Amino acid sequence: MTTPLTTSTGRTLFDKIWDRHVVVPETEDAPAVLYVDLHLVHEVTSPQAFDVLRRRGLEVRQPDRTLATIDHSIPTAVSSWKNGLVDMDVAARNQVRKLATNCGRTGIRLYGVNNSRRGIVHVIGPELGATRPGMTIVCGDSHTTTHGAFGALAFGIGTSEVAHVLATQCLLQRKPKTLAVQVDGRLHEGVTAKDLILAVIGQIGVGGGTGHVIEFRGSAIEHLSMDARMTVCNMAIEAGARAGMVAPDDVTFEYLAGRCMAPRGAAWDRAVEDWRSLSGDPGARCDACVRIDASALEPQVTWGTDPGMVAAVTGRVPTSGASPRALEYMGFSAGEPLQGRPVDVVFVGSCTNSRISDLRQAASVVSGRRVAAGVRMLVVPGSQETKRQAEAEGLDRIFAEAGAEWHESGCSLCIAMNGDRAKAGQTVVSTSNRNFEGRQGAGARTLLASPLTAAASAITGTLADPRPLLHQARRIA
Amino acid sequence: MKPVDVIRSRTVVMADPNVDTDQIIPARFLTTTSRDGLGQHLFADHRFEAAGGPRGDFVLNRPEAAGCQVLIAGDNFGCGSSREHAPWALLDFGIRVVISTAIADIFRSNALRNGLLAIVVEPEAHRRLLATPGAEICVDLRAGTVSLPDGGEARFEIERFARHCLLEGVDPLGYLLGKEAEIHAYEENSPWTQ
Repeated sequence: MTTPLTTSTGRTLFDKIWDRHVVVPETEDAPAVLYVDLHLVHEVTSPQAFDVLRRRGLEVRQPDRTLATIDHSIPTAVSSWKNGLVDMDVAARNQVRKLATNCGRTGIRLYGVNNSRRGIVHVIGPELGATRPGMTIVCGDSHTTTHGAFGALAFGIGTSEVAHVLATQCLLQRKPKTLAVQVDGRLHEGVTAKDLILAVIGQIGVGGGTGHVIEFRGSAIEHLSMDARMTVCNMAIEAGARAGMVAPDDVTFEYLAGRCMAPRGAAWDRAVEDWRSLSGDPGARCDACVRIDASALEPQVTWGTDPGMVAAVTGRVPTSGASPRALEYMGFSAGEPLQGRPVDVVFVGSCTNSRISDLRQAASVVSGRRVAAGVRMLVVPGSQETKRQAEAEGLDRIFAEAGAEWHESGCSLCIAMNGDRAKAGQTVVSTSNRNFEGRQGAGARTLLASPLTAAASAITGTLADPRPLLHQARRIA
Repeated sequence: MKPVDVIRSRTVVMADPNVDTDQIIPARFLTTTSRDGLGQHLFADHRFEAAGGPRGDFVLNRPEAAGCQVLIAGDNFGCGSSREHAPWALLDFGIRVVISTAIADIFRSNALRNGLLAIVVEPEAHRRLLATPGAEICVDLRAGTVSLPDGGEARFEIERFARHCLLEGVDPLGYLLGKEAEIHAYEENSPWTQ
């Protein structure tokens, strides 16, 4: 074997953030002790962790580095709310109360039931400016990968680890490998970040990222807005990846400037200078690399029961190799065209696609049209702040006039543990992240798609390519 | 946590790939604030009809599955959500070992923290285990071996720290608490800690 003439010593974005947060380096016998800058907490995965601390007589080490909200089990239907009081089942109410008690006792800031900044944890972190480049961010929720859009190292943890972070602000971690997903070219009109990430998962598979942190790079990624980058990183976990990341740039800084928890004045200038140094060094190598041509992509939709079972909306269910079990559950046949599948429910929401630009996209398709007879369309903003913004822009009226439901914020039909759920056998075109069996209600069938495709399907009453509707809308305008 | 060392049991086989944590325990059971008693909801939508009766065709409902502590699972078991309720439910039901060709990162970490052995073996060994449901096998954590149904054994690796914690019944939180001086020094000296 010959020695290479040059050795790459450059570090990737991930390497740089990892190195900064090592409290104790890893050895053969023990993982690294990794410091956590921001710990996000919600009602579902935290009660048992607080119990561990109480049983062992431990304090929360850094309440100021911890931020809590309720999102999973909170009802979103307007009919569930009256005078600031919400009608929810006994177990869910108990869980919400428990979080309030735990936060009150430990000094953790809670964006609770009646807080005007409440929302889905992965929507409010960025919205508040709590999510910033270079940070390590964890939460007892797999979609914590969302925050990687800011050039943070952000990943989901279990409840035992939630207790570790509450008590020590640290985690025991082996350093993952890195996978570069290089996306060149530009997305065409009508093709969104959601279509891009679905195509990536379709290419590498739902286990393709296991053991890796994905760094999303290339001109197509650089041209995405922060909302769109969050959609991409959100679903890195659906490829099995530990985290997804995008190098911070002017788009990132512009989004963060002026947010309530972002630094100000001279501190802001110093922060931006530091954040600019986080991008990977020239020559820094990832352990693996895949390439995608964004220009070649069409709108994508899943036809099966995991997010890797995906095809272009203009295409068909695969003629061979499709899981028979998935086909049976979904009520599809091999080789069947996707467009034209009758739709019962359309859901625009979730930590994947509930931000203002997602709502604007859905509204642009729905505007001046009617949701097809027999279709229920739910539009659920990701946070109360997003809801107010949408209402200020009149988006709620566009949805209402089209016959769609406009909800309070929350996880809603993505997880179906809060009163919003689909019935067995119903087909749901959903902007969420998981099409697993039963995810949106026992027996419900989920087709994952972009807000544009979801909205077009609501209008058409069948799974539809949004692009013809976009062109029509333009002609009318 | 009780120490884990040698587990002898018959196997139960669930060959489907990509079994996600929503299958292992559906989200509607996550409004609990306890970690106990979740075994009753394990694979709820597969074990029970919508009306509540058991589905006799589901593998865990068959008489021969009773008492099995080893689940031979398909590729990428435990993908999806980070819910630790998944290993809690498996353990409460009586499953102490999951063997596959690949196990999702968060599920594996959660499993090992709770004393559920999540083991990856070579495809050939996995194939033999899949082909012999109900086989009596022996999983030896200290030796890092799984005995195979038709003789011979497969080797497996478990991250060394997790293995130590499992063998000794040690809680990793104690280890982290022992790093107080280092954590304090880090907090004092890291200019980039935001």
